[in-house]
Amino acid sequence: MSYSAPKFKEKYGNFINGKFQDPIDGAYFENHSPVDNKLLAKYPRSNEKDVKSAIEAANNAKHEWGKTSASERAAILHKIADVIHENLETFAQMETADNGKSIRETMNADVPLAVDHFRYFASAIRAEEGSATELNENTLSLIINEPLGVVAQIIPWNFPLLMLAWKVAPALASGNCVVLKPAEQTPASATFLAEKIADLLPPGVFNVIHGFGPEAGKPLASSPNVDKVAFTGETTTGQLIMQYASKNLHPVTMELGGKSPNVFFNSIMDHDDAFLDKCIEGAVLFAFNQGEVCTAPSRILIQEDIYDEFIKRVIERTKAIKMGNPFEESTMMGAQASSDQHQKILEYIKIGKDEGAEVLAGGGAAKLDGDLANGFYIQPTILKGHNKMRVFQEEIFGPVVAVCTFKDEAEAIEIANDTMYGLGAGVWTRDAHQLYQIPRAIKAGRVWVNCYHDYPAHAPFGGYKKSGFGRENHLMMLNHYRQSKNMLISYDKNKLGFF
Amino acid sequence: MDYKRVEITPEAEKLLQELKQQHGEVIFHQSGGCCDGSSPMLLPKEDFYIDDNDILLGEVGGVNFYMSHDQFEYWKHTHLTVNIIKGRGGSFSLDIPTGYRFLIKSRMLNDEENKNLNP
Repeated sequence: MSYSAPKFKEKYGNFINGKFQDPIDGAYFENHSPVDNKLLAKYPRSNEKDVKSAIEAANNAKHEWGKTSASERAAILHKIADVIHENLETFAQMETADNGKSIRETMNADVPLAVDHFRYFASAIRAEEGSATELNENTLSLIINEPLGVVAQIIPWNFPLLMLAWKVAPALASGNCVVLKPAEQTPASATFLAEKIADLLPPGVFNVIHGFGPEAGKPLASSPNVDKVAFTGETTTGQLIMQYASKNLHPVTMELGGKSPNVFFNSIMDHDDAFLDKCIEGAVLFAFNQGEVCTAPSRILIQEDIYDEFIKRVIERTKAIKMGNPFEESTMMGAQASSDQHQKILEYIKIGKDEGAEVLAGGGAAKLDGDLANGFYIQPTILKGHNKMRVFQEEIFGPVVAVCTFKDEAEAIEIANDTMYGLGAGVWTRDAHQLYQIPRAIKAGRVWVNCYHDYPAHAPFGGYKKSGFGRENHLMMLNHYRQSKNMLISYDKNKLGFF
Repeated sequence: MDYKRVEITPEAEKLLQELKQQHGEVIFHQSGGCCDGSSPMLLPKEDFYIDDNDILLGEVGGVNFYMSHDQFEYWKHTHLTVNIIKGRGGSFSLDIPTGYRFLIKSRMLNDEENKNLNP
């Protein structure tokens, strides 16, 4: 079965105070599809005036919204989940048109996971509670969770709707109002969602501002009138946002990417069975979402005594990846999100070759036919080298994996940790001791053990080192969007005796 | 002989000069990480706090080019050229609204350059 891009209007507005509004200065930017480089629609090129108006709307709404009961908010979050579910196909086609990723991923991962995320937080706030502790017979400590107020959220383009869900669901669940800036490369699904849920939320609770980082992102991140900034993106902008936050003493959370090691120990080859098949797929998952995943398993570490045999099967599986029209259900890998990403990836493949890496598969752009000739496609590429090469150290954000070998556990851990980042990692083994000890030794926030690229809402996700701080997913996320109010109550009738 | 770690193409320099006219003093800071990372970010000079954690690689078109020390450890064997490409990047870099994106082209430094470059 084949799908196609949904119908877009000519242009869209910002979603502020419960309705769509034209940008105040009337400027728009064009959003093209990476599938074929054709124009999808125009979106507002907002500036500080639009941002100010969205922040004002959110501040006006925060008192009433912050007072709503958990059950009221949960009911609304469930309705949002229902809306996404009912429009699953449209959302999926929109994500494919906007981002270039294959329809089989948007239909089966992006959109269903977004639905589940809203449901998870709708449920979590009904089940959790504050605390009451009797500190001594006359003193009671109550901890009551209070929303922060207004939260600014800046999200990336690799999973436009899912990254929205990761940030918006817990923020609304905790009773905050949101001003969201989607990435300028992928403004479509946030706009469509706002259209669909406009009647579900009070005006001002959820606002969407479009535009460019320096013009719209900066005034949002540096505003003294938001209470928190949550950001997913790259390190320099992350540092910049932290600087702005430092002026206002605002809390921030940062998710800044990684260069995740995927470690394969020799016991995986003990049997040629379903598990080995899973391991091979686990290595090839570098190509999932065209490699545009902050946790992409972009370094494969293979124990040297199984290297020849294992890599042969990984290469075979990689070469079987079907590229083509992202709207075809049989297409496994679609287009890179933009022309500059496409070019950046090609530059990395080139520097990898210059550094002496051996090309085991792919190694260049993929030329597709017809309308797709203008799209941004890259062959899934495997480079063999050593961990000090730049292709082993930098986030390429494309379907390019760097492979090296290791001798023993100690060397595996050393190579795995020889990176600025620490977001994800994978460990594959049949050895019960390695199953526990290796993940504990790897400095990364999420270590997948005998699996990879699973993102359940109920498991915390976030980085060590330069991959950032704070967590997403899991109910612990609620506390990243809340204050803890402590009421310390004395039932003692007698004075202290100091004065 | 003058050795340089970082240079700029004429097309990129033209855009850089336009952006300097518009925004005043600016710096490049090479980003890492997710999404639009691994690209040079052009930022207003007073916006980005530079300290000993950053290393000055050189100057292109009258603009300082910095990178964090830990990143430089992995980059130091390569020569960089700032180029541009048409396209929609993200991030807070000043080039984003122009429809062009600064992009790094890299090549290996030769022995002569390695001997003479500091840093």
